[in-house]
Amino acid sequence: MTGKIVAGVLAPHPPHLVYASNPPQNEPRSEGGWDMLRWGYERMRKSVLAKKPDVLIVHSPHWMTVVGHHVLGLPKFKGLSVDPIFPHLFRFQYDINVDVDLSLAIAEEGRAEGLITKVMKNPDFRLDYGAITSCYLTNPAFDIPIVCLSSNNSPYYFSNEVGQQQMEKLGRATARAIAKSGKRAVLLASNSLSHRHFTNEPEIPEDMSHEHIYHHGQYLWDMEMLKMMREGRSRELIDVLPEFMDMALAEVKAGALTWMLSALDFPSYPAEVHAYGSVIGTGNAVVEWAHEANSDTNSGGAR
Amino acid sequence: MSITACYIVPGLPHTLLAADKNPGWKRLSLAMDEVRKEIEKSDAEMILYFSSQWLSVLGYLFPADPEPEWTLVDHHWHEFGSIRYKFKVDPRFAHLYASEVKEMGHYIREVNYRGFPIDTGTVVAQKLLNPSNRLPAAMASCNMYAEKQETLSIGQAAMRAIEKHGKRVAVVCITGLSSRYHTDEIPYEKDVISSQKDDEWNRKILEVLGEGRLEDMSEVAREFSRQANADMGCRGFWWLNGLCGKTNDFTGRVFGYEPIYGSGGAVVGLYPKRKLRSIPGWVNDEADLVERFAGKSKAPKASAPAVPLSQTALDSIVTFEPAAHAAGNVNSSKAPPPVGPYPHAKRVGDFLFLSGVGPRKPGTKEIPGVQLDADGQVIAHDVELQTRSVIENIKAVLEESGATLNDIVDVQAYLTDMSRDFKRFNHVYGEYFGYKGGPEPTRTTVEVTALPTPICVELKVTAYVGQKR
Repeated sequence: MTGKIVAGVLAPHPPHLVYASNPPQNEPRSEGGWDMLRWGYERMRKSVLAKKPDVLIVHSPHWMTVVGHHVLGLPKFKGLSVDPIFPHLFRFQYDINVDVDLSLAIAEEGRAEGLITKVMKNPDFRLDYGAITSCYLTNPAFDIPIVCLSSNNSPYYFSNEVGQQQMEKLGRATARAIAKSGKRAVLLASNSLSHRHFTNEPEIPEDMSHEHIYHHGQYLWDMEMLKMMREGRSRELIDVLPEFMDMALAEVKAGALTWMLSALDFPSYPAEVHAYGSVIGTGNAVVEWAHEANSDTNSGGAR
Repeated sequence: MSITACYIVPGLPHTLLAADKNPGWKRLSLAMDEVRKEIEKSDAEMILYFSSQWLSVLGYLFPADPEPEWTLVDHHWHEFGSIRYKFKVDPRFAHLYASEVKEMGHYIREVNYRGFPIDTGTVVAQKLLNPSNRLPAAMASCNMYAEKQETLSIGQAAMRAIEKHGKRVAVVCITGLSSRYHTDEIPYEKDVISSQKDDEWNRKILEVLGEGRLEDMSEVAREFSRQANADMGCRGFWWLNGLCGKTNDFTGRVFGYEPIYGSGGAVVGLYPKRKLRSIPGWVNDEADLVERFAGKSKAPKASAPAVPLSQTALDSIVTFEPAAHAAGNVNSSKAPPPVGPYPHAKRVGDFLFLSGVGPRKPGTKEIPGVQLDADGQVIAHDVELQTRSVIENIKAVLEESGATLNDIVDVQAYLTDMSRDFKRFNHVYGEYFGYKGGPEPTRTTVEVTALPTPICVELKVTAYVGQKR
């Protein structure tokens, strides 16, 4: 049985979206907010969960590692995640199952690509809020196991291009591991787009009269990126990403989007933008690549 | 002394959890133990941490949970194991410090949530330097987007909070030096600094710190960061330098320097030679914005004037009798005497041209808003006070000709530190000339390297004294 990537999703992780949703696991309460993004997540969720995935694979920029790419190597993580930046918005009780076999397989395939990979086996380890947020917004029931990949800091120590090269390899490794696993996987690239943000927040964080993109230049960059996604120009997108990272302080510098597009073999079919909106001035989009449905027009991730 | 000593220590968990895996990590651990003993022997009543690993993006956070408790696993070095901790935190200091930073216009949050993640650096330092929680601890976050001026001013705010708190404090800056890690796995016992260049830079920096020259180190921090990828762009050093009032007046001691997985880690002690005090009027003047929009990195000047001062700064001022012989000359006994052979003002036709006016008090050599150290040297100035005094002196000269501030038609302003002082100068200036229906004269403002006396602002004005319009 050959596994496959059924969908790839650009799934940003502003904790504000969890806060606004008032799930029972999150301690702070809100009056809502950021509705367009949350409704976009709902549409994406409906679409993705209908594909009956066996596993969600998330790459989060808030699990930062300096040497290599790490994966979770224990079957269950349970605890309290408090966002170090927005502790007043995100104090979340998580209970998450991990697909350890697939985690180990990705680590193994990563080594075959020449990457350094490590398996995290400390049971006291606290999951980062980025991974939790993207997974919650994609599957609030947490009834599908996850694989969590760390974000290697090489683009920050060396260059955007060095980071891109590593993430392309990790994407290939992920695709091969999925293919060998026989599982149906959804990839979650937990990144926002432009990432310049306000240095203040309103007294009521969800007061939407204060919310807008940080500046018009960011909006233009974000739209250019989304245009390429919607037109299936992912190879071109990858070429432009290093400049986007610098010009818009884009969070995709952390590598999740490159990793996902590489695993999807750089789709030439159009992605669906479920939502675009700002969160404290940063640009965020929920974008889905319906990979399985477009397998005729793309070579697919199983190489 | 409000500050018993300042220390710089590395924040990676190797010194706490893996000291037995590498002799260098062990030596650093022992060096931190020496610091622990020093702190214990000192009369410090609190320990204040600033960690380059605790990053905030939205203003500044201050832990206010009196007993934070958790089990920490470092996100990268998880293989070294878990660190269980329960600390004693001083919430009153957190509130004082947060209030100072808030007053400067920054977003702040006092954090008192169970499970709030204290960073690895702070936990490691606290475990090694204050293992029994003998001293209450305080911490502040490092804003990753704050540039030099803002970080300096956040450090200075800490000093103001310390003075209000009234306790003697050991200050610990948790930061690495060069921070290029090995990109491949290495046998732990074979750790080296990742490049010779980084190693040379680290040693150069430690030579400076070993001589107690914190301010000098702070000034070369940008270059160090560019050359050796210094940990968080040296924000920790800037914060510490701001707290101490930008001075080299320390005795320094390097306890140890070793590689930690390719990065540079050092344990350094800085012992103040004199009592450190906060500097009145030092606030964040948004010089960062000036730097950013100017498109170049412009290091601010030290507090002391650029001209070296022999004797004490004020004794060196030489004054002259105002020039009174030429036609049209105007002088006022209510204005400070000139520091050269010139009159206070000269009337030509309907216009009165004033000589440059400084803030000195008439009849004395006293300069308002100047702070002197024990040797009588200027260590800081208050541009608001000086601007007010300048304008009062101008008023005295104008009155001598029957004119008022409302008759001024043009102002030339000279500042010795535009990036630091412009905003606050502007504020006071506006009170007299620009706001509340003031005369709104034309104005030019320039920065100058120095002025003839140790002042930070001088104004030259022209008034129209003809028939009232």
